[in-house]
Amino acid sequence: MPSLSPQPANRSQEVRLSVEQVSYAYSPNPSQAPLFTLEASSFQARAGEIVAILGPNASGKSTLLKLIAGTQPPLSGRVLLNGETTFSMTPRVRAQRIAMVQQESPLLFPTRAWEFVLQGRHAYGGSLQFESANDMTIARNALAQVTAAHLADRWMDQVSGGEKQRIVLARALAQQPLLLLLDEPTLHLDIGAQVGLLDTLRKLANENRYTVVIVTHELNLAAQYADQIVLLHKGKSLRVGPPAAVYQRELLEQVFQTPLAVELESSGRPRVTILPST
Amino acid sequence: MRPLTFTRLVMNCFYLAVVLFVVMVIALKLGAVPVSLYGLAADLLQVLFHRTALSSNYDLIVIDIRLPRILLGIVVGASLSVAGTAFQALLRNPLADPYILGASSGASLGAILTLIVQPYIALPLAISVVFTPVGAFFGAAATIAAVYFLGRREGLLDSNTLLLSGIVSGSFLSAIIMFLISTLAGRGDLHGILFWLMGDLSTTLQPTLRWVLGVGFLIASGVIYSTASDLNLMLNGEKEAMHLGVDVPRVRLVVYIAASILTGLAVSVSGAIGYVGLLVPHVMRIIFGSDHRILIPTSAFGGAIAVVLADTLARTVVAPSELPVGAMTALAGAPLFIYLLRRKFA
Repeated sequence: MPSLSPQPANRSQEVRLSVEQVSYAYSPNPSQAPLFTLEASSFQARAGEIVAILGPNASGKSTLLKLIAGTQPPLSGRVLLNGETTFSMTPRVRAQRIAMVQQESPLLFPTRAWEFVLQGRHAYGGSLQFESANDMTIARNALAQVTAAHLADRWMDQVSGGEKQRIVLARALAQQPLLLLLDEPTLHLDIGAQVGLLDTLRKLANENRYTVVIVTHELNLAAQYADQIVLLHKGKSLRVGPPAAVYQRELLEQVFQTPLAVELESSGRPRVTILPST
Repeated sequence: MRPLTFTRLVMNCFYLAVVLFVVMVIALKLGAVPVSLYGLAADLLQVLFHRTALSSNYDLIVIDIRLPRILLGIVVGASLSVAGTAFQALLRNPLADPYILGASSGASLGAILTLIVQPYIALPLAISVVFTPVGAFFGAAATIAAVYFLGRREGLLDSNTLLLSGIVSGSFLSAIIMFLISTLAGRGDLHGILFWLMGDLSTTLQPTLRWVLGVGFLIASGVIYSTASDLNLMLNGEKEAMHLGVDVPRVRLVVYIAASILTGLAVSVSGAIGYVGLLVPHVMRIIFGSDHRILIPTSAFGGAIAVVLADTLARTVVAPSELPVGAMTALAGAPLFIYLLRRKFA
């Protein structure tokens, strides 16, 4: 009776995030032509998948990420997370489903790492409700998942850049989201910390079935870790697909305006080498 | 990892309440006319339990003059501290305070305008009592809005620009106040208004105004307290707060109005007492941490303690003459402001 048997393996194959013909225009003055536009872009992601948004500066990467996060209304199109439009969610519900790791903003007053991670529980408690034992367990587990349990009692301004980025990620995990968004998380990190962070993301996506969308400049890290690449150029989504399909020499050279070589590794993932310009 | 619990919050508030009580007793005892501690206790007990009218001069001084003044100092100090804490979180600026942001001057101008207009318009008694606090509220709210927009650079709130526009707005508004007083105060008592401008707790309030002040303080600070954990996240910046589930526009509006009400109330009854809203939250942050769920109530107690102490000093150091309490808080607060500025906190 094949029709009656559930297919647990396929549940994760369902589309979780669906970006449908999303566009955006930014103009400081409505009467003038927009300064920046993002043309209709679409892609879909399943649970456990990592999507990397690539493109040169001002190509619309961060804008696309904001539209996915639902904090900005798109000009047209929609972003669905498990069938719900992200922009119409209340801030509280949105924070329970979507977590965002942004380029770091300086802290105003000193905070300890565990307090910082507990901020991720805000969307689950009342304003005056004190953190429960459950919240503490979740925060502790989140720190352990990013191998930062030993940093719990450290001050946030006394940890290294890589450690801080892991604690920020732990706060996002404490939100217990379905969708994890990261805006250039590897910026200012040394190469070891970059690889460490992406290893952690890969593991989290596999084990906890998060859908991860990451904006990055690191072509090779994206090729190595992402299941899908969204390549943006001047506000246009040029190509969406697995790394091997998107990483074509002419395309990348045209987008990034620099000569480069693309090789396929034995793993089937492409590798980009920047060539000296002649 | 030791999270904040309700018990810890209550215990800390209790300690501060004890300190406040001790300060109150000292403030009742000290003054131009000496009163013995024994006589003081006897008087208080008599008022509390027998409700008989007090007869002697000492009693009159202690119960009818010093006690209302202390109670006024408590509400004013608590209001200014809670408003300062709220503005610091809202504007993401550790040096924000109703006085430095110019809100106190705006409230003073609003209050003075109502005093000028009042004789020309017939108001029902119920409204005329709250006319001045309402004017002060609008003055404070308008100033904060103006300073907020002046303090932005390329769409972002800039910490230093914000402070500068606050200070500039404050002195501009003070100049207008001086202009109004010099041209229109022919009928009034100039010394009294000047004293009030520097911060003065010696005014006797009408009973209705006392109620407005007390209830207004409780409601406005209650509203701010209800956003305490939202404010914790606002310290990370509005974008991050939004991603963590804070309804940023709502919190911003609610806290802005409530903090302006607190500033307006305090200024309308006591003038511009500076630096309380800056100094107290900082000291409390050092002692209790920067979690607003504990910072707001402890700042309220701390502000009450600070203003009652400052007022007691203002009454006694140059006795039998008096200093404005605002001069006292500025003496202590201005050096602290410089210290915090130098520490690159902003």
